Amino acid sequence: MKKPLGLALTLLAALAALAAPWLSPHDPLQADFAAFLKPPGTDAHPLGTDQLGRDLLARVLYGARLALFIGVCTVVVTAVVGGLLGLVAGWVEGWPSALLMRIADVQLSFPFILLALTINAIVGLGLRNIILSLSAAGWVVYARVVRAEVLAVKQRDFVQAAAALGVGSGRLLFRHVLPNVAPSIIVVASLQFSQFIVAEAAISYLGFGVQPPTPAWGSMLSESRDYLFVAWWLGAFPGGALALTALGVNLLGDWLRDTFDPKLRV
Amino acid sequence: MRRYVVARLAQSALVVLLSLSAVFGMVRLGGDPVLLFLPMDIQAKDVEAIRQQMGFNDPVLVQYVRYMRGALHGDFGESLRYRRDALGLVLERLPATLLLAGSAILLTLVIAVPLGVVTAVRRDTLVDHLGTIATVLGQATPGFWLGLLLIYVFAVQLRWLPTGGSGTLAQLVMPSFVLAAFFAARVARLTRSATLDVLGEEYIKTARAKGLGEGRVVTKHTLRNSAIPIITLAGLEAGQLLGGAVIAETIFAWPGLGRLTVQALLNRDFPVVMAAVSFTSIVYTLMNLAVDLSYGWLDPRVRVRA
Repeated sequence: MKKPLGLALTLLAALAALAAPWLSPHDPLQADFAAFLKPPGTDAHPLGTDQLGRDLLARVLYGARLALFIGVCTVVVTAVVGGLLGLVAGWVEGWPSALLMRIADVQLSFPFILLALTINAIVGLGLRNIILSLSAAGWVVYARVVRAEVLAVKQRDFVQAAAALGVGSGRLLFRHVLPNVAPSIIVVASLQFSQFIVAEAAISYLGFGVQPPTPAWGSMLSESRDYLFVAWWLGAFPGGALALTALGVNLLGDWLRDTFDPKLRV
Repeated sequence: MRRYVVARLAQSALVVLLSLSAVFGMVRLGGDPVLLFLPMDIQAKDVEAIRQQMGFNDPVLVQYVRYMRGALHGDFGESLRYRRDALGLVLERLPATLLLAGSAILLTLVIAVPLGVVTAVRRDTLVDHLGTIATVLGQATPGFWLGLLLIYVFAVQLRWLPTGGSGTLAQLVMPSFVLAAFFAARVARLTRSATLDVLGEEYIKTARAKGLGEGRVVTKHTLRNSAIPIITLAGLEAGQLLGGAVIAETIFAWPGLGRLTVQALLNRDFPVVMAAVSFTSIVYTLMNLAVDLSYGWLDPRVRVRA
């Protein structure tokens, strides 16, 4: 059940994100003061309009675009940076390994969301900085997992044999060790992905991160609070989209873990 | 055991020192500190005077030593907004957060552990499937959205509970439920897998073979053995409650540490931010230490490895 449902929800979110310009009936930023706070099902506005008369369907679709863009960028940055550091630390051992583990201890002494939020408030708002903040708070998980895996893999016979045959360090690391560590990186990435998009929404909800009028699910939910008594749809649709996306990616990640790496804990 | 405790204590002390340094690094090396520490509408001519007054013209190392000396004595400076000791403000908000986290943990124990045990014992039945769906949904639902949903249903529509604030029991219900939701889902899944592991053991077969009732098998033989992984992993997860409190407290205007942190970040009140983030990190580190030590005490194999 995990695989079909996870795949379906993830593909749905990806489709919404990629096809937002074609699926949206309106421009997500186009205000229409003649038609504000219209309930779902109104002519030409299937999900209704917000307090400025902007089409909610368009905003939810463009929100998917933004959320997945941020999620993908952050996962790529953290996987590459954390993965490379973990690879080197596991391979070299000695002080780089010890240093990396101390940095990891320090980072893990802050709750993830608090760290990302604080970094974001310091480096500043906007799209680039939210990716930067989430990456700075999230890379450490890869570094730890990859380091531990490399320590185990490099003891294996095929690596020892390749080394005995005179294969160089770089080739050994990237051609023989990395492919064996890759499944863990993929599993961690899929499990981190939903954490990143939910964290991004939470940070935008709190007033940092992506700023209005850009249609981000988090800031849409934050705005919806003021209209909770009159317009339930303002919170229901962006929040539902976020929850379903997180659910889909979570299920997919669980399935990947069950398949590739059942013992992995993140 | 003694060596393990000493090693673990030393490691935690090091982490606390490094975390305090990391807070300094984040705030001071992120750019011109004056621009962070002062309100946006400050006059240009005042900037230099304040830079001098707050010691930002000194070498970074001097500033660092001064900060660390203060921080280790619990002095993070004065709140720029309230003109009061920053750590004092943090400690003032602590009881509210502890109350919230405590009731969230209580909710988790009452709901998640029985749910985990029942879904494991009744594996692959309707109960198991419904329970699994509930925990998967609980893990995927963002806390702040769940909070808005609860406010809509219980405050706006049914008018049973207030939308926020603190002081009465009714105001505690929704924030603690939101804070508990994610944590409880994790703990329920954990309990289920730990219980399943134990149910597969030989001594459970023996207990059944000698004619023990299923109730006794579950409570006496299974739960006692699955308790160790549940307690330790739940303890490690409990630290994330401090992160979740940031969200839950903001939604429901709960006057705790998390809301203080968010407000201080919004007001650019960085002495309070530094005090709150450092304090949270220290509490988190101590919780992890407590869990590790209890783990070493419960499971002798850990001591040997350390």
